[in-house]
Amino acid sequence: MFWDWNYVWEITPTLLRASVVTIQATLLGFALAAVLGLVLAILRMSKTGWISVTAAGFVEFIRSTPVLIQIFFIFFVFPEFGVVLPAMTAGVIALGLHYGSYCSEVYRAGLENVPRGQWEASTALNLSPYITFRDIIIPQAIPPVVPALGNYLVALFKETPLLSAIAVLELMQTAKILGSQSFRYVEPITLVGGFFLVMSLIAAAFIRQVETYLNRTLRNPGGAR
Amino acid sequence: MQLRPLAVCAIVFFTAGLAVSSFAGFREFIPGLLQGAAVTIQITVGGCILAMVMALIAAMAKMYGPLPLRWLAVAYIEVFRGTSALVQLFWLFFVLPHFGILLDPLTVAITALGLNVGAYGAEVVRGAVNAVPRGQWEASVALNMPRALSLRRIILPQAFVAMIPPWGNLFIELLKATALVSLITISDLTFKAQQMNQTTFRTVEIFTIVLVVYLALSVLITVGTRTLETFAARGIARGR
Amino acid sequence: MTTPMVKFDNVTKSYGTLTVLDSLNLEIAPNEKVAIIGPSGSGKTTVLRMLMTLERINDGVIYVDGDPLTHMQKNGKLVPADERYLRKVRGNIGMVFQHFNLFPHMSAMKNCMEAPIHVLGLSKKEAAERAAELLDMVGLGDKKDQYPSQLSGGQQQRVAIARALAMRPKVMLFDEVTSALDPELVGEVLNVIRKLGTEHNLTMLMVTHQMGFAREFADRVCFFYGGKIAEAGKPDEIFNEPKEERTRQFLSAVLEAN
Ligand SMILES: Nc1ncnc2c1ncn2[C@@H]1O[C@H](COP(=O)(O)OP(=O)(O)OP(=O)(O)O)[C@@H](O)[C@H]1O
Ligand SMILES: [Mg+2]
Repeated sequence: MFWDWNYVWEITPTLLRASVVTIQATLLGFALAAVLGLVLAILRMSKTGWISVTAAGFVEFIRSTPVLIQIFFIFFVFPEFGVVLPAMTAGVIALGLHYGSYCSEVYRAGLENVPRGQWEASTALNLSPYITFRDIIIPQAIPPVVPALGNYLVALFKETPLLSAIAVLELMQTAKILGSQSFRYVEPITLVGGFFLVMSLIAAAFIRQVETYLNRTLRNPGGAR
Repeated sequence: MQLRPLAVCAIVFFTAGLAVSSFAGFREFIPGLLQGAAVTIQITVGGCILAMVMALIAAMAKMYGPLPLRWLAVAYIEVFRGTSALVQLFWLFFVLPHFGILLDPLTVAITALGLNVGAYGAEVVRGAVNAVPRGQWEASVALNMPRALSLRRIILPQAFVAMIPPWGNLFIELLKATALVSLITISDLTFKAQQMNQTTFRTVEIFTIVLVVYLALSVLITVGTRTLETFAARGIARGR
Repeated sequence: MTTPMVKFDNVTKSYGTLTVLDSLNLEIAPNEKVAIIGPSGSGKTTVLRMLMTLERINDGVIYVDGDPLTHMQKNGKLVPADERYLRKVRGNIGMVFQHFNLFPHMSAMKNCMEAPIHVLGLSKKEAAERAAELLDMVGLGDKKDQYPSQLSGGQQQRVAIARALAMRPKVMLFDEVTSALDPELVGEVLNVIRKLGTEHNLTMLMVTHQMGFAREFADRVCFFYGGKIAEAGKPDEIFNEPKEERTRQFLSAVLEAN
């Protein structure tokens, strides 16, 4: 027998409970990524050479190395320096860091797409750089890149199974445990795959909606072009 | 954008130097890590080749195939983009044996990662083909070329140039994803790192070195694709 | 009377609810040069694109050299042509585009050799000879190995003409082939077309805004308006004594702009 429905019903509640952990990790990780990404993007645009180079190097470094190693690094190496983190926290930080680097590129594109004239107009009005950033630049830079950020939210969501490597009881780890208890891996792993597929497809459809909405509303709210 | 490789290289040397100077028994670990790196490279190369083949087939099927084939391609692309690489890896590793299909872990690894990245690659191919100006198709029709010929000789060569940078990124994604194979018992770089960590407890040094090795491999891929890009762009200028 | 080289028989073309061409009837004799003029959006490009089979028609039949182009005989009836049939008949027609549409990854020579080799089945040597001869003819003998990006607009357009000629079509279509060119490059392209007209046995159909050229070169001028031929006749008639008010208005507007 390839597929046992009774077994499916038996394990569904356990998997649903684990999916809460997966979703928690996703949301926390992405919250971190969204903030960190913006900070990195702004640092990267800094006029001070070493700050922007360091930020750029950091982003490149994080993007060029596997998340799994970064998870291990935070979980195993940090304690050597006296920073002991629970597995879940370590995992969330690693995911946030990794996707924060990706998001910083998105923010940067958004920031660079704000016409130079906006900066010049703000200077002409004698606005401080901080106010200019907060009230003029950011509100124009972020909305167009929301769909791209959304795609990284989905990507981060799909990476959460990596937390199973440090024994966080998210979906994948739970599925593996269930599998090892019953010697039936078909159902738990397929269900996990199905869960990710459905959630990703829904998210993708949602992001497309947001994109069409933005395309319609961002056409120039009273500005010139 | 000369700054990018520059910054990365600086970091490679800095951290590598740091690790070496703080890690007296460094040499002992070289053979093990090299073995691991060799496996990582092997899976990366195998995965990249499979990914490119799958991407081309899936993209062509999705765009020009007859209906059932088109659905199959869409299903492949959506399923492999919609679930994560690790789930796919585990699925092939744990579930296939239940159906009586026994593959060795290395084959499973290359298959899973190749199929995963191939699904993303299919969209890259499709985007690049669609970005070729419509006039190129029309000129081909005016010269009475059959569609397959225009695709092969006119459209794909132009799309190819536009595809190189995104493929470079996908290759790096694939390299990073190879770390997952350590979770299905393959002794790649990550697996070796874990193993040595458990026997020597030189946690800081081992993971630092491993990070730097991955970074170096990524930079290698970037440099490779950049070079290819310059070569391919020669003689082909867009715009008129 | 001989069979017309091109014949539009009650051809209608619409995009959705917009009828772009309304029961068009037009016959073009072998070796005749026809200029198509008319305001923007009147359907001039559409006529050429239908003849090149880049657009499907909604009604009517187009014949080329006596054979239906858009339709094929099946059990004694005319049915819409399929791709196989189109491939057989479209070889009679060549087209030069407003934006050249050269293949950017191939040199001028390769642009002219690609289709002769792969579509006509010529050997590399034959195709190269033909391409070289045609490039010489359009005055680009010294630019054979240049890529499109290394050529000026006028040179690119001349390569495009050579490329189309390499397929030995009976009918050549030109769609505003000088519109994308800087003014000082227009002449070199028109000269090539003039030369074609005298040295080759070609039926030509050209959409143009160069009224002077149309007048001097064409055997017949068709003025399109709102998807119909509003007036047609010898260049002298159309330009000197247009019968239709709309033709007069169009011509005076164009001449004023120049
Ligand atoms: N693909 C299309 N979809 C919908 N409408 C189209 C399409 N192509 C052309 N049209 C419409 O058909 C009409 C005729 O177009 P056509 O290109 O033949 O005009 P034209 O006479 O060549 O104009 P111009 O001098 O500006 O080139 C126009 O109203 C145009 O908007
Ligand atoms: Mg036109």
